[in-house]
Amino acid sequence: MYSVNYHRAASVADAVKLLETGDAKLLSGGMTLIPAMKTRLAAPSDLVDLSHIEELKGIEVAGSAITIRASTTHYDVARDERLKTACPALARMASLIGDPAVRYKGTIGGSIANNDPAADYPAALLALDATIVTNKREIAADAFFTGLFETALEDGEIVTAVTFTAPAKAAYEKFRNPASRYAIVGVFVAKGADGIRVAVTGAGDNGVFRSKEIEAALATNFDAAALNGVKVPANELMTDIHASADYRANLIVVMAKRAVAAANA
Amino acid sequence: MSDISLTVNGKRVSGTAEDRTLLVHFLRENLGLTGTHVGCDTSQCGACVIHVDGKAVKSCTMLAVQASGSNVVTIEGLADGADLHPVQAAFKEHHGLQCGFCTPGMIMTATDMINRHPEGLNEATVRAELEGNICRCTGYHNIVKAILAASETMSKGRARQAA
Amino acid sequence: MGIEGVGARVARKEDKRFITGAGRYVDDMVVPGMKHAAFVRSPHAHAEIKKIDIKKAQAMPGVIGVLTGEELKADGIGNLICGWMIHSKDGSPMKMGAWSPLAFDRVRYVGDAVVIVVAETKSQARDAAEAVDITYKELKAVVDAPKALERSAPQIHPEAEGNLIFDWELGDSMATNAAIKAAAHVTRMKIVNNRLVPNAMEPRAALGYYDKAEDHYTCWTTSQNPHLARLVMSAFYNVAPENKLRVIAPDVGGGFGSKIYIYPEEIICLWASKKTGVPVKWVADRTESFLTDAHGRDHVSTVEMAFDKDNRITGLKVDTIANLGAYMSLFSSCVPTYLYATLLSGQYDIPAIHANVRAVYTNTAPVDAYRGAGRPEATYLLERTMETAARELGVSPAELRRKNFITSFPHQTPVIMNYDAGDYAASLDAAMTAADYAGFAQRKAAAKAKGKLRGIGMSCYIEACGLAPSAAVGSLGAGIGLWESAEVRVNAAGTIEVLTGSHSHGQGHETTFAQLVNQRFGVPIDSVSIVHGDTDKVQMGMGTYGSRSGAVGMSAIVKALDKVEAKAKKIAAHLLEADEGDIVIENGALKVTGTDRQVPWFQMALAAYTAHNLPDSMEPGLKETAFYDPSNFTFPAGCYVCEVEIDPETGVTEIVQFVAADDFGNIINPMIVEGQVHGGVAQGIGQALLEGTRYDASGQLLTASYMDYTMPRADDLPSFKVSTSNTPCPGNPLGIKGCGEAGAIGSPPAVINAITDAIGITDIAMPASPSTVWAAIRATKH
Repeated sequence: MYSVNYHRAASVADAVKLLETGDAKLLSGGMTLIPAMKTRLAAPSDLVDLSHIEELKGIEVAGSAITIRASTTHYDVARDERLKTACPALARMASLIGDPAVRYKGTIGGSIANNDPAADYPAALLALDATIVTNKREIAADAFFTGLFETALEDGEIVTAVTFTAPAKAAYEKFRNPASRYAIVGVFVAKGADGIRVAVTGAGDNGVFRSKEIEAALATNFDAAALNGVKVPANELMTDIHASADYRANLIVVMAKRAVAAANA
Repeated sequence: MSDISLTVNGKRVSGTAEDRTLLVHFLRENLGLTGTHVGCDTSQCGACVIHVDGKAVKSCTMLAVQASGSNVVTIEGLADGADLHPVQAAFKEHHGLQCGFCTPGMIMTATDMINRHPEGLNEATVRAELEGNICRCTGYHNIVKAILAASETMSKGRARQAA
Repeated sequence: MGIEGVGARVARKEDKRFITGAGRYVDDMVVPGMKHAAFVRSPHAHAEIKKIDIKKAQAMPGVIGVLTGEELKADGIGNLICGWMIHSKDGSPMKMGAWSPLAFDRVRYVGDAVVIVVAETKSQARDAAEAVDITYKELKAVVDAPKALERSAPQIHPEAEGNLIFDWELGDSMATNAAIKAAAHVTRMKIVNNRLVPNAMEPRAALGYYDKAEDHYTCWTTSQNPHLARLVMSAFYNVAPENKLRVIAPDVGGGFGSKIYIYPEEIICLWASKKTGVPVKWVADRTESFLTDAHGRDHVSTVEMAFDKDNRITGLKVDTIANLGAYMSLFSSCVPTYLYATLLSGQYDIPAIHANVRAVYTNTAPVDAYRGAGRPEATYLLERTMETAARELGVSPAELRRKNFITSFPHQTPVIMNYDAGDYAASLDAAMTAADYAGFAQRKAAAKAKGKLRGIGMSCYIEACGLAPSAAVGSLGAGIGLWESAEVRVNAAGTIEVLTGSHSHGQGHETTFAQLVNQRFGVPIDSVSIVHGDTDKVQMGMGTYGSRSGAVGMSAIVKALDKVEAKAKKIAAHLLEADEGDIVIENGALKVTGTDRQVPWFQMALAAYTAHNLPDSMEPGLKETAFYDPSNFTFPAGCYVCEVEIDPETGVTEIVQFVAADDFGNIINPMIVEGQVHGGVAQGIGQALLEGTRYDASGQLLTASYMDYTMPRADDLPSFKVSTSNTPCPGNPLGIKGCGEAGAIGSPPAVINAITDAIGITDIAMPASPSTVWAAIRATKH
């Protein structure tokens, strides 16, 4: 790891101010950033630790309106009883991120701000038609995830919470990379008030995306059988040593089927 | 450089370290607690797992300065004096270790796992929850056995306490 | 057997320190004034070094020294060598290229060490390493062994024309060709054995300490054989004479072969300590381990197996290309030759065998022995071919094997080995019963009903362990003997120290070796200390690999114990005024048989040291040394059965059961032996399903961390069903065959036989990852 200066922010406003130092980066759970710094792939001059800011912690469930504040850990999302009732799919998804030690530290805000193309949360938020709340504005998930490790966040902008309306039905199915255990394909399906949304992580050349083919097939019949014979084009999917684009295209349909079946169960 | 103060294995300790110092290196090099190991660079092997504020975390994926103010328990602080912790005892009884390098992290992970599952554990859950701990010697067979046995012992202990 | 004696499931003595965090590994060692090293390594697979500029690095904070290969060479440090001479079939010696510990003119693989930086902290050393400016001229690289033999391939070493290290053969070519020609059926296959990275969980490390006043070096290192390290560093690498070099291998976190060899880093840390005047510690990070630890396997072979009309094997012809990487590691040459081709008879009576092996250089990490070393490659080739033959011949795989089993012993194979004992049918029967082989058809149907493909596969392996008779290996080219040593010291109050040349890095020697002493003298195992891993404490020894610590290491202890027993009985007979021949050792005392006269063990020991009343002319004290040189290899064997269920939609293979039925000869501690099988099987399943080492065409290692190299995790594996049915080994005093490698040898073909059975195909590449399996299933539909 290169040399770095650590700052512990006491509030969001404090964090914004500290972010102006050198080439500073925000540190939340650190589950992606610290490993990247250890291997010298990331080299911020300063780190602004958000994990001690009380206003960034907690989950609120008011009927179907759900707010998850940015520093809430995967562990806390996975075990929140009200969330498990209102949107069990998201709680379950959080229980599948990384390993238990990662879930204790990693946060929803950190995950989406980093927007790793194999991360789970981006698929969930896109499928749930969530809104990302920052210290400056509110951004629809559709506009938030803009590419590989790219988001709509501007300099000095900090994710403070995520809000969404609990869908009638939803589920997430993940196919893990056998080595890294990140998603090779993760499919989040949600049947909400405005219809079916299906988001895919781990597979797209340009990061998380919605699958039009699958959404169209499910629009009139939210049943796994509706996906029989559906093909997802492979031309914009990733190929790496673990999975070809064709294999990913197949897995998207298979995971989508299983997610729909789970959502209906 | 930052001043770091922690409670480690029940003792207040403090020291100065570069901000880039990982917690595992602070424990090993500044405090001489070499029971916590480093087996990879990518936060996957789990040889470095310790408890910070009661939760099992990877001390290779946390800066020492980040942990300042926390309560840390390492493998050296798990036993109650001369009495082994039930998880330590089970690893020995069931031959849950060979070279011993991954063992401290395994035991700290297992202890946390058992604490999180007071209802008890089954083989599938133990195997799934060991995702973040890699062992090259045992094929996990006896680690799984040891954790299941320790879980039983600890739940009996809880039942006795409740009675 | 007593509760702590031979055959007892004694919990391990060494566990106490490991479960409390008190183990002492190299990275835990601190010596006064110690500083930290980082290596500058080649980013290119093949390049000329044009210029090395260290000025900027030297000026970095905390830097103590920046040292290059030119300086190392100028100080007379020698090149690394391969210690086993192989001659090609034309009689020429193997073509070994020069391997300087620090490259100075050319780099030959990504990770080749070029410069060492010593600094106050590890981070500062790494900061400065990045500031070293090296100008390279990149050259074309080759990573694939068959391609390295092509005319257009780049020349890697001037010494080895066409990158061919040797072209070696074993067996009778004419007889084998004749058998194939006359055969009723010939099964032909191309067999690829995938390259693996051993991945001991403790990364390699070295701490070099030069004591100027004594002109003496100490090296703490992650070694499976510290004496061999000292010998090689003294005799060949010119680091220091043996009496000026102490090598200590303290607790070592797994080895699996990868810590047998002497690597550049320990040599350089010792040299750098003298150059810089400070003790120098280096600890590999995991990516360095991936890049520079000796890899394993990497064979490409063709095989022809001939059968007569009764389905008896009449001949076996094998042609293998073995990738040895960029340099010849210490034992690299013997792995694809004498540890491989000599095992090609397997458990079968095969009248004619011929193997041809070409070893080649490529621009990849050096390849050497990894758990099983040559024997997994032989077993995989043979057991995959047997499976295919059974399918082609339309007979049961079990019965084809059974029909061809060797059933009388000793049995001389056509490829050197003389099998001394075994009962292969017993293991086959035990495995099939444990696996409920008969019920498989029903389970397959049930799986099919839920959309899953179920398959079953077996593998009957044999290995040669107990390495090895010194004269025999010497005649085959070994540069060393493979005996083992022991010293048994009975202290004045009766406690015992056993100094052994074996080295424990997870095998539990501190317990099993003590059990042996307990069995003989009745001394509690807590009163027996096993001392190993330090050249200053222990007499010369050969270390631990090749499943040799039981069969060879413990045999040496037995010989020393025999001598101690003889003297102890003399002393007791003298004290009891009895005949030496009437003394027996029972329950911690030396007794006159058939009487109640006895002297406790500790009292006898005290008498040996007070020397007030010893037999005439007897020297005081009670300490004996022995060297044991085995008369033959040992031949563990067994049968493994694997049953898989495949999800055709995703290609995910689940191992629904894995059965191991082994014959290890006599067993000292069944709990530890089972643990060895578990670990070996996990590595074998890893090879078959998960672990693949991938270089791209330019020689960059694509699988250089756990993000891309799939290590077996707990949820990849089932619990294993293991059992043994043992025939004692006649060749050593304890009847031990060895158990360390069997699991890794026997399991890969069982897994692949099961997968190909499930899918209905002849072959699939290892690792049979989900994407590979999915593609194979898809191919069957087109």
